[in-house]
Amino acid sequence: MASEISVLLPSVLQPLAGGQSSLTAPADGTVTVQWLLDSLAGDYPALSRRLRDETGTIRRYVNIYVSGNEIRRLQGLATEVAPGQEVLILQSVAGG
Amino acid sequence: MEGMATAESYVLAIGTKKGLWLATSPDRKDWSLSGPHFLMSEIPSIGIDSRDGRTRILVGVRSEHWGPTVFHSDDLGATWDEPEQGAIRFPEDAEAALERVWQIHPDSEARPGVVWAGCEPISVWKSTDGGEHFELNRGLWDHPHRKEWGAGYGGAAAHSIVIDPSGEKVHVAMSTGGVYRSLDGGASWEPRNKGISAYFMPDPNPEFGQCVHKIAADAAVDGRLYAQNHHGVYRSDDDAENWQSIAEGLPADFGFVMLTHPRRAGTAWVIPLKADSERIPPDGKLAVHRTDDAGGNWKRLHTGLPEAEYNAVLRDAACVDSAEPAGVYFGTRGGSVYASDDEGEHFTELASHLPDVLCVRAASVPADLLAGVPSRP
Repeated sequence: MASEISVLLPSVLQPLAGGQSSLTAPADGTVTVQWLLDSLAGDYPALSRRLRDETGTIRRYVNIYVSGNEIRRLQGLATEVAPGQEVLILQSVAGG
Repeated sequence: MEGMATAESYVLAIGTKKGLWLATSPDRKDWSLSGPHFLMSEIPSIGIDSRDGRTRILVGVRSEHWGPTVFHSDDLGATWDEPEQGAIRFPEDAEAALERVWQIHPDSEARPGVVWAGCEPISVWKSTDGGEHFELNRGLWDHPHRKEWGAGYGGAAAHSIVIDPSGEKVHVAMSTGGVYRSLDGGASWEPRNKGISAYFMPDPNPEFGQCVHKIAADAAVDGRLYAQNHHGVYRSDDDAENWQSIAEGLPADFGFVMLTHPRRAGTAWVIPLKADSERIPPDGKLAVHRTDDAGGNWKRLHTGLPEAEYNAVLRDAACVDSAEPAGVYFGTRGGSVYASDDEGEHFTELASHLPDVLCVRAASVPADLLAGVPSRP
């Protein structure tokens, strides 16, 4: 059984993760997206600040998908992720 | 004021809606442009800190996607750094998140390392390590008026910070909220808006709530301040206790810019716009106006500016340097940047077709530092 969760990053954020396109978080069981983001924040604080503000809120134009579903349509940061699942982070289409 | 070192080449940092450009010049006449840095991020604030024998450019950077942060460069933009945890970060108990850094203001030579910042939501911050880490000013953040301060069209901003030589007397201007003064270095604050109209409110002369667009201190007269208001141009001669209109002689009393001379008493510049219905230079004719007698008279300065210009100039999209004679610089929302090396008597277009110009800051720099900056004609 997989004991890791992969977090896929958009290219524009990869320099903040040492150039990696994917980060891996060890997880023995189901975790929440919030736990996952908190666990990444320790190693990659600048990356973390791009995703969430000081209050912990996901930035408005940051979209996070768990198995293809955007978490705002699920349980937000409380959305559960199981080992073996992929979390995809993308910037939304916005701006002019 | 951005400090000017002894050697002498010049840099003008241009913050726009979609990135930062750096213009450099050996003589303030021929300019080379490099950039963009931070492409697709807006740059609403720049501070150039020339103290301690170092030229540090601090920039407020804000991405629509990734939020605000502060970067700094000690090599004129060849490399940029940001503290991992962020230079400006609301403490947990504030229950707020930084939206935008509107102002980065290096303090005086007497207080090296001290840098102030004004932010959205309305807040003032102070760094003692050259702008790498800022601390929230609790006196202003906890002020009982804060819940009544509002947002101008551009956002709720503490956009002007003026510190007197002693460091004890600090004036902050915010849109909207007006002018607040501290006499104890920022520990406590009181509104100081007597004489400034807030015509858009039920009581047009409230204690606070004015939409002050920019304030600046006179270079040589203690206690004298100038304010460009949302309608109204004012001067105070008593540390903001009282304000009086100095708008007579201007083609419009609206605008965003207020600049003062780096050394000479009584000299200030504004860039009038017609408002509220138009928000363009009056009749489409862009001009800078300078007073040399603290607002008694104004001189229209337009040599070298275009015949017709329909773009506004925002509050921090203008600056002076501290060379002799003083340079005056400004950029428009149409992406043109104009420079004068003679206090506004003659302008040349330094850059054009950039994104909306949000802020500009100028400083002199050691020539050898300039040598490392890539240029692009």
